[in-house]
Amino acid sequence: MLRTSLSRLTLAAAISALFAGQASLAQDKIRIGYAISKTGPFAGGAGVTTLPNYQLWVKDVNAAGGISVGGKKLQVEVVEYDDRSNSEEAVKAIERLATQDKVDIILPPWGTGLNLAVGPTFNRLGYPHLAVTAATDRSPEMAKRWPNSFWFLGPSKPGAVALAEVLGKLKAENKIGAKIAMVSVADAFGIELATAARVAFKSAGFELALDKTYPIGTQDMQALLKDAIATGADSFVAFSYPPDTIGITDAARVLGYNPKVFYTAVGTAFPVFKGKFGASIEGVMGVGGWNVSSPALQAYFKRHTESIGREPDRWASPVTYVSLQMLQQAIERVGKIDHSAIIRELQTGTFDTIMGKIKLADNIMPIVWWVGQWQGGEFVGLAPTSYEGAKSPLFPKPVWAN
Amino acid sequence: MLLIDILISGLVLGGMYALISMGLTLQYGVARIMNLAYGEFLVGAAFLAFWLYSDLGISPLAGLIVAVPLAFLANWAIYRYLLTPLVNRAKSRGQLEVDSILATFGLLFIVQGVALVAFGGQYYSYGYLSVPVSVLGTTLALNRLIAFLFAGLIGIGLYLALTRTRTGTAIRAIAINPTAASLVAIDVRTASAFAFALGGALVAAGGVLVSMFLTFNASMGVVFTMKALIVVIVGGVGNVIGALVVGLALGVIETGVTRLVDPGLTLAVTYALFMIVLLIRPQGLFGSPAR
Repeated sequence: MLRTSLSRLTLAAAISALFAGQASLAQDKIRIGYAISKTGPFAGGAGVTTLPNYQLWVKDVNAAGGISVGGKKLQVEVVEYDDRSNSEEAVKAIERLATQDKVDIILPPWGTGLNLAVGPTFNRLGYPHLAVTAATDRSPEMAKRWPNSFWFLGPSKPGAVALAEVLGKLKAENKIGAKIAMVSVADAFGIELATAARVAFKSAGFELALDKTYPIGTQDMQALLKDAIATGADSFVAFSYPPDTIGITDAARVLGYNPKVFYTAVGTAFPVFKGKFGASIEGVMGVGGWNVSSPALQAYFKRHTESIGREPDRWASPVTYVSLQMLQQAIERVGKIDHSAIIRELQTGTFDTIMGKIKLADNIMPIVWWVGQWQGGEFVGLAPTSYEGAKSPLFPKPVWAN
Repeated sequence: MLLIDILISGLVLGGMYALISMGLTLQYGVARIMNLAYGEFLVGAAFLAFWLYSDLGISPLAGLIVAVPLAFLANWAIYRYLLTPLVNRAKSRGQLEVDSILATFGLLFIVQGVALVAFGGQYYSYGYLSVPVSVLGTTLALNRLIAFLFAGLIGIGLYLALTRTRTGTAIRAIAINPTAASLVAIDVRTASAFAFALGGALVAAGGVLVSMFLTFNASMGVVFTMKALIVVIVGGVGNVIGALVVGLALGVIETGVTRLVDPGLTLAVTYALFMIVLLIRPQGLFGSPAR
């Protein structure tokens, strides 16, 4: 009795395995997996920029019928893990997605550090690696080492150059003096940006009246700002992370510190920044920005706000969505889940996205807004000034409205 | 002038450190529960304050009236139903510490998970009383000044309650020697539950007050647990005045280092002092020597 039921079980398993095998030959859905920081120190960034856009994109794609592969529209199905902001967890989750869940496509984690950590795994498994929220000077080198990896926020050097371009123009018009007060967070992105900025500011003829770093997690910014005030510099630049960006801005308001140019880095473009400070952020500059006159981006903002229940950040959010649109078009053009063909298409193809026609140059995204500014409740792109939709800066920054 | 400026802004920063540490010193020092979920409770209270303020329009200071009793009851229940079994079976203080660390480590993930489901992973921040006030020529944010005043009031009030009342004396007796305390007819279990719940109420007050000026998200609890742990250990476990004084001193030292030396060294100096105290006075600056 036991024996027969056992053998029936085996038979049933064999049959279902057979069908499962067939199912993967003729797909009826596309399985997309990702490991994202839902807990730990990176959850803040992932929860603002990456996860909402994954969710929005899946919703948009499925609402439109799915991704068309070989003349058939396939719905997207998601497998999600929490990497707990830990690179080992992220690597393990990606291995699991590839070998056990056998997903068709793996989306990247949030942040420069995690994307660098999972790079070798993506490369070994042969999946395309859309390193979206990774801004590092090593991106050209990484793109060469791992041809399956694509870098969407570029190296930090152009970021510093773009900021120096905006400030240099104001200096040339005799609007600001040569002195800049600069503070930076002593962590990966802050260090890279500050290092690049020292060079870029110098070659634009600026002099750093203050150049101090502070540890990550500093909870009182007043002391730092008092040093900046003491320099009397017209321009204040902080290469900061989101909690410090908010802390610095808050302290500047309280101290009544109104330099002509006020720049804070990561987080300036976040909805929480606008939500907290309201109208008083007018004229604040920061990393990011977008072409506010583009109807496609306006529609995206509206969709994001309605679907997620809050606004996207105005830096890497649209870029994340663009990377997913490119992925979808690459899959559709290839017509099947063939990783190396999809990678080739991403390397060479031109894609129609919410940020216009995009063609990657050596696996690197060509459009990265580096300087934006809050103008009339919107974070408009200022630089690089050559981009379509680049606005001129509001100068000087108005006095904080309390 | 610069020194007065450093002293005043440092005291205000230190007030915040003291505020978030006094609850832990009660929970760890008296109830003998090393509560790893401490910071999560703080962040939980910050979320409560955020929700009360942004959705219902209730000011964080009024929110204290809701948050503090609620946290007291919740922490009392946690001690009574979750931690009492551990206390009963523990044969020594060391074993209770290990068990409570494991149990509250689990609690950490539960509280954090609930906050993540309810609020997601993104940053939250709102502005309340973020207006400048001038104290002896130093400009301060009013919300930080209020947090400092609360820290002072709570610290001194608790000190007086612990030294001048019968219950307070009983609580101190338990902090020093629970076995001997029970020999002189102190109800150790009830008093420990009370101390744990009071510590929970204090951390809720701290969470509500710091939410007025700090940016927080569901994953940030550990930052506060770490800071509180340093203050509590340096100040002497179970010593409320120790936590107050060390918290304030830490604020002044950090501000002094930022202004006079280099802001990049504040963390290094904090941890260096922590190590020196551990080496020279392992029981903490205000602690009594271990038995």
